[in-house]
Amino acid sequence: MAVASEAGGRSKSAGGRKRKASSAKPKATREELLHFYEQMLRIRRFEEKAGQLYGMGLIGGFCHLYIGQEAVVVGMQSVLEPQDTIITTYRDHGHMIACDMDPKGVMAELTGRIGGYSKGKGGSMHMFSKEKNFYGGHGIVGANVSLGTGLGFAHKYKEDGGVCLTYFGDGAANQGQVYESFNMAALWKLPVIYIIENNKYGMGTAVKRASATTDLYQRGAAHGIPGRHVDGMDVLAVREAGRKAVDSARAGDGPVILEMETYRYRGHSMSDPAKYRSKEEVSKMRQEHDPIDHLKQQLLEQKHIDEAGLKEIDKEIKAVVNEAAEFAQNSPEPDPSELYTDVLVEA
Amino acid sequence: MAEITLVEAVRLALARAMEEDESVLVLGEDVGVDGGVFRATDGLIRRFGPDRVRDTPLAEAVIAGVSVGLAVQGFRPVAEIQFMGFIYPTMDQMVNHAARFRNRTRGRLTCPMVLRAPYGGGIHAPEHHSESNEAMFAHMPGLRVVIPSSPARAYGLMLAAVRDPDPVVFLEPKRIYRAIKEEVADDGSEQPLDTCFVLREGTDVTLVTWGAMSVETLAAAEALAETEISAEVIDVATLKPLDMATILASVEKTGRCVIVHEAALTGGFGGEIAARLAEHGLMSLLAPVQRVTGHDIVMPLPRLEDQYMPGTDRVVAAARRAVEFA
Ligand SMILES: Cc1ncc(C[n+]2csc(CCOP(=O)(O)OP(=O)(O)O)c2C)c(N)n1
Ligand SMILES: [Mg+2]
Repeated sequence: MAVASEAGGRSKSAGGRKRKASSAKPKATREELLHFYEQMLRIRRFEEKAGQLYGMGLIGGFCHLYIGQEAVVVGMQSVLEPQDTIITTYRDHGHMIACDMDPKGVMAELTGRIGGYSKGKGGSMHMFSKEKNFYGGHGIVGANVSLGTGLGFAHKYKEDGGVCLTYFGDGAANQGQVYESFNMAALWKLPVIYIIENNKYGMGTAVKRASATTDLYQRGAAHGIPGRHVDGMDVLAVREAGRKAVDSARAGDGPVILEMETYRYRGHSMSDPAKYRSKEEVSKMRQEHDPIDHLKQQLLEQKHIDEAGLKEIDKEIKAVVNEAAEFAQNSPEPDPSELYTDVLVEA
Repeated sequence: MAEITLVEAVRLALARAMEEDESVLVLGEDVGVDGGVFRATDGLIRRFGPDRVRDTPLAEAVIAGVSVGLAVQGFRPVAEIQFMGFIYPTMDQMVNHAARFRNRTRGRLTCPMVLRAPYGGGIHAPEHHSESNEAMFAHMPGLRVVIPSSPARAYGLMLAAVRDPDPVVFLEPKRIYRAIKEEVADDGSEQPLDTCFVLREGTDVTLVTWGAMSVETLAAAEALAETEISAEVIDVATLKPLDMATILASVEKTGRCVIVHEAALTGGFGGEIAARLAEHGLMSLLAPVQRVTGHDIVMPLPRLEDQYMPGTDRVVAAARRAVEFA
């Protein structure tokens, strides 16, 4: 996969640019690399556990796993400042873990318990954290793009120096309100980074069967929004592209589109017959492009850590995830009186 | 004759309609290769090809708008919205265009399209995958709103909906997509789009319902029979236009009415039926009309869902109240 290529820009035309791989490898310190590794692995182990609990019938509703896409959210998170905001879709567990929400609260929401972030009434798609500036988890595909544009507007209006990261999928990129958002954000120079997580499929539909043009990073060209194509399986490439985008939005230059080329290993949701792709395709991606394996290789090659050290990290993460799963199974179910709360303000 | 489920009946009717009329097209997200989220269109793409069975991009507003454009040119598009919670962007097109072509053109153009969506709760899905907002469409002049409650009804009503010259919002109770099996003859015969159906005859109380709640309502009638209360059960099937004559005739006989729906109480379609009973059936009523409905809240997940859904007990209790009143 190409590392990064650029499109758009206010003065240049975006059309027809070929993707080009940049040769310079982004650098990172040992601490940074280990932090990324730990973050990505934490998401993966969390998701594996969520998959298990779903299999055991403990999770109601739907459950969309993020496995395979970890580098995107971890790389982006590393360039944020505390006032920045984040909004995403229903494939949201990774985003919540990355912005340091409590895995216990996330898992307990999945199991519908009172200890969950939405008191067990929202489920996998609908969780929020005001403290962590995480504005959800949204199930209506494409709709969160308008909301993220509004979050960006608020940053600009308040002059708080914040930037909003608005994540959505390749499928969502075909919804009309995405373009209405692009226009408004470009017109008002809103500090919004539109992150298209192109995992190649929207439910069962491959990008090329749903999109007239598949270079999604160029989708803002008509509005003069610069776009970059990024290897979303490489956390350092993501960080590099993310930093540039965030810096420019923060400086008042308006929105940026980052198309993250990535892949989801699991089904669209837990009930997905996956008739639309081959097992070989999935295993090839896992074997050749896995973001965690890739970083692990780097860590070992550069002798930042040995196998024993890696095992230790995994053990610690597993303990955290197991604790979350315990909590999610033991937290009480919401009381029936909870049915009537939080519809309108209570007098 | 084979025994089939409701979702299979939908598929059978769609295949029949496509077979007999080349102007029938099926479109929507994942309706082709995947066969639809609930497999309602499974196999149609193999049989009729990708020109007539189209996987669309993810764009509900345009799915509806494109269907209107096709329909006014004489096609009969059947568009799927994956869940009713995603139907809101289509309302603009359905209300402002689909519903008004006949009126605006004084009958010169019509809009023979069907907008299908699985609807209703009880499958442990989040809110926008569980809602039943049939009343919002029923409120709009120029649309038919149809809800089948069994496989045979789904087959007959779907064929009628596709053949109808006007736009039909066809809501499929997904909770019972696979719950009931029934013999359905694939003979191309339709069921009327302007009729309420009496599912069970009785003399003491009329239970009026539609969609998946017919299951609980029939069970309630069964339970009431054990205590010597004879309940008549009516499946509304087509909410708009409403066949009030059948409901009034029943209430004239029983003197009591319980309306059951899972949508929220306020502004629910039960209110319309109750109002018409008050207007045209007051002298038949021996007891106040009762409504057994969902609550005025957002559909909760997943542990509280059972508390939300009106169960057989609540229907039985309401019928008892009506009978005990007078
Ligand atoms: C408005 C709307 N339409 C349809 C759906 C059903 N749906 C949920 S996810 C999805 C596919 C989205 O694909 P993409 O944007 O690529 O995100 P991914 O699932 O790949 O992360 C669809 C069609 C929905 N939730 N909302
Ligand atoms: Mg996708």
